[in-house]
Amino acid sequence: MKFGVIVFPGSNCDHDAWYAINHNLGHAAEFIWHDSASLGDVDAVVLPGGFSYGDYLRCGAIAKFSPVMGAVRRFAADGGLVLGICNGIQILVECGLLPGALMRNRNLKFICREVALRVETTRSPFTSAARQGQIVRMPIAHGEGCYVADERTLDELEAEDRVLFRYVHNPNGSLRDIAGILNRERNVLGMMPHPERATEPLMGSQDGLLVFQSVALALAPALQS
Amino acid sequence: MKARVFVSLKSTVLDPQGQTVRSALAGLGYHDIADVRQGKFFDVTLAEGTPREQARRDIETIAHEVLANPVIEEYRVEFLD
Repeated sequence: MKFGVIVFPGSNCDHDAWYAINHNLGHAAEFIWHDSASLGDVDAVVLPGGFSYGDYLRCGAIAKFSPVMGAVRRFAADGGLVLGICNGIQILVECGLLPGALMRNRNLKFICREVALRVETTRSPFTSAARQGQIVRMPIAHGEGCYVADERTLDELEAEDRVLFRYVHNPNGSLRDIAGILNRERNVLGMMPHPERATEPLMGSQDGLLVFQSVALALAPALQS
Repeated sequence: MKARVFVSLKSTVLDPQGQTVRSALAGLGYHDIADVRQGKFFDVTLAEGTPREQARRDIETIAHEVLANPVIEEYRVEFLD
């Protein structure tokens, strides 16, 4: 099984994701440069955290137009699993692959600390290895992580069981405590917290491994057939 | 030809930066300031000889698809000459 980690100019969690997958999950990961028009033969894609294109204009706004995002859109449209972490979800909402937007944190501060999240649904290829309602701990590190969407979109996300993670104690003002959401087809996840930074004891938590293990579980049958 | 594109948060979207500026102004004694909303603008210069109609269309598209995020922001275009 091979994960592709997209590298934009300004990505800074690409190596973290690569390390988590290679060393702590035990699967292969390779980097894919932002001006690549193809994803090669990867089985899942990670859009890592960071500050793609310096966060100029808006977070994720310039990355949306990079050649590799055309390939990511096609991959997602074909049902491929896409995991956007931090700047990754900011790119996914700018692209329209996920609804809503990320805004400045309510208190205007950059927040970098571990938070508790509640797994709201296990009915997804990203949380199947978790328990419903499980409390998991992983870090957040963002200045623009306040999730907003109109009421109708929020109602829709809840009605369709597409809120994957909620903050136990809302750190940034996100509406309805939302920390991670799915697209309607349930193959694209965007989340502000960093699962890749919680994948071994030395990191203080291994809970983030659940996300990557779920992806591996989801892909295993497809790869065997 | 020059165009100026103003981008600001929709009135329904909370603007924590504007609120912080407002409370700073209150701290300075400006109690007549009821609200502040923060935004930004882009000065765009079009290449000489661009037909006006094409310029209007392009600027409108650019404002909608690039300069503003219609999920949370609204924009207004002004032609300066």
